[in-house]
Order: sequence, then C-alpha cells, then structure tokens
Amino acid sequence: MDDLTEALSADLGTAFPTVVEVMGKPLFWGLRRICGDHQEAEDLTQETFIRAYRALEGFEPERIRELQLRPWLWTIAMNLGRNHLRDRSRRPIYVEMTTEVGHEDPEPVDGAAWDRRLSGLSESQRTAVVLRHVVGMGIFEIAEVTGRPEGTVKADVSRGLSRLRKALEAE
Amino acid sequence: MSIERDLARLSGELPSGLSEGVALGTGLADGFDLYESAIGQVVVIFNTLGVSSVDIADDRFPERHTERFRRALLRAEAPSVWRGLIPEAIERGSPGRLPVDLRPVTDFQQQVLLTTATIPKGEVRPYGWVAREVHRPNAVRAVGSAVARNPIPLIIPCHRVVRTDGHIGNYSLGGPHNKIDLLEHEGADPERLETLAARHVRVRADNASGRYCLPTCGVIRSVPPARVTDFRSVAQAEGSGLDPCPVCRPAD
Repeated sequence: MDDLTEALSADLGTAFPTVVEVMGKPLFWGLRRICGDHQEAEDLTQETFIRAYRALEGFEPERIRELQLRPWLWTIAMNLGRNHLRDRSRRPIYVEMTTEVGHEDPEPVDGAAWDRRLSGLSESQRTAVVLRHVVGMGIFEIAEVTGRPEGTVKADVSRGLSRLRKALEAE
Repeated sequence: MSIERDLARLSGELPSGLSEGVALGTGLADGFDLYESAIGQVVVIFNTLGVSSVDIADDRFPERHTERFRRALLRAEAPSVWRGLIPEAIERGSPGRLPVDLRPVTDFQQQVLLTTATIPKGEVRPYGWVAREVHRPNAVRAVGSAVARNPIPLIIPCHRVVRTDGHIGNYSLGGPHNKIDLLEHEGADPERLETLAARHVRVRADNASGRYCLPTCGVIRSVPPARVTDFRSVAQAEGSGLDPCPVCRPAD
C-alpha cells in the first residue's frame, strides 16, 4: 500500500492503473453486495476511480504519499452511493432474482442466495456486515468511511450477522 | 461452516471492461472504433468529452496516436449518447450535434477549425477566406498550418480548404488523392476546380445580378455559363463595380 501511494505521488498517470487493479476487486464486490445490483456496482466502482483520479490530480505529492488509499476510496464510493440511492428512492425497490442473465462475469457460488439474505438487512447493517466480512475492514475503518460511531458500527455488524443466521436457519 | 467464512468468499473477478472504463473516464487512455467513409475505413478516436481525432485505419495508427497525443489507445464503443451521430458526421463532413474535443489545439486553431466546419458540402474555400472569417486576414500561413494539423479530418472538413491559387493542394489524411476522392464524392468536381485554377480564375460573376462568387458557390453554379464572367481576383471584380455574394462571402 505504501509502495502504491509512493508510486502515485511520483507519477500519477503511470501508477493509477495499478490502483484500479489492486483495489478494484474488493471495491467492486463490496459495492456489489451492498447495493445488490451488478450494473449499479460497476457504475459506482468506475465513477469512484474517476473521481479519485481527478482529486489526486489536484493533490500535492506529499498529500498523496500520506493517503490511506482504501478508506479514502471507500469514502468516495459511499458518498456516490448515497446519491445513487437518493436518485433511486422514488422508484420501487425490487430484488433481482434471476442471477445475472447473460452476464459474462461469473458469480461466486451461492452469490444469489446471499444477495437475498443480505437484502433482508437494514441498509446500515448490510453495509457494516459487507465491509467487515466481505471486504475485510476493521471496525475503526468502517466507522471512518461510513461516518458512524464505532459502537454503532459494532452493533450493526453483530445484529446483521444474527439476522443472517436466523435467515439461514429458516431456509 | 461459519457465516463469516461464507461472506469472505462472496467476491469474484473484476468485471471485464471496468479498468478500460476507468482509463477512458480519467483521460489516461482514448477509445477508438472503426467506421466506413468515402475514402475507406477510418479510425475514430474519442474520450468522454467527444471525438478527438480521425485517422486512416492502417496498422500504424496506434503508433501515430501515441506519438502525437502521448496517450494509450483502447478499442471501445463511444458513449451511447452520441455514438449514433458519428456515421452521419463523417458522411456529412461536419460535426453537427456530435461533440468534438479540440483541447489539444490553440484557441486560434480551434477558431480556424470551427470555421472550416461551416463550409458546405460540395464547396471549397481558399485559406484566405478562412483567415478573413476568423478576423485575421493576414494570418493565411497560420491558417494553413492549423488546417494541415486538423486532428479530426473528415468530420472537420479540411479537405474543403484549397490553396489560394485555387489548386486543390495537399491533404494530411493519407495524401492528396484522398482529398480529390472526397471532393469528387461530395460533388465539388475537382477536375473542374483544377481547370479553373490553371486559368487563374478566383471568382466568377453573374452578369445579371452583378454579384461575384467563389467558383463552387451554389449561387454561381446555378447561373447559365453564358451569363458568367471570370475574374483573377476579388479586387478585379470589385474594380468592375460588382458586389460580393452574401452567401459565399468571397475572399482570396
């Protein structure tokens, strides 16, 4: 990670594709599990990186070197996601039951079933559970990117997990 | 198996095309796609702002692109909002509603190119005309080099700008034969243009209306030959008491 910010500060244009390569997978799949929609997660991931690049263009090298890339990217993604959700709020929310018809990117085994279970969680619980266990963030980092107190995040994770456990038992 | 372990497995590969989308969106790379034109297959290069260049679709265009613009090139579809406007812009020989990205050229060069884009299909204008239109009548040479370095030929129709002596002149997109073929395709009759140039004809007047035009202006082309008088310069036509055509606004 330090190598990456070092490389970014030295030559932004050359190093940035590596950032996409390294950070893209967890960012995309985290967003994919939070929003439940493949296309929307793809749009959000792409937009996050484009915004990040534009921001980095205006940063001093020193500031880039000191960046914590993952929480910084996720903060951008969460802000964009909120606006996306706001745009969507007037439309009825539906859960896509057909699993990526005709999509060339393979879903991990059982992905659709987990999407269904996750869709039963509240927005904040789902976000906390996905960031903690799909992306692998610590509580402190989640609190930072979601702008919520650590105690609340911790409670969201454990309540979310117990809901998932109940959903599994009911199947 | 624990829920936590299942959740940790809910990731897969990065969706195909995502890195490319980011490269195009950040401007780290340009996209290209192939299109047909009157002079064969061409490559249309674009970014999120619009079409940024057009080149001959031979096997060396990626090298030329990197050399000239210092950016990577990826095969991609243009943004869906204006993708459909590309074929008609090529055929019409003007951008119309198709967005073009002229950031790499200077303000003066932009003005020259946007003025060039107003020359109607089937007609030509000398460099001096473009210079007069951009309010820099003495900058004929600068106009010439701006036109020669037009990054978006075909869509910005620099093939419609000819030498001051009326000869068709050079062309950057694959050579002068392409300029002749394009003008032929558009009905500008390049052979006739060369004949008039050899006879030193710069403007032609309609004896009935008392107005003089550039030789390819639609107004003078609809006048019967018996009523037409040829002149070697705008000054000569003015000296004969004639008025400039308001449609082609002649200049040499």
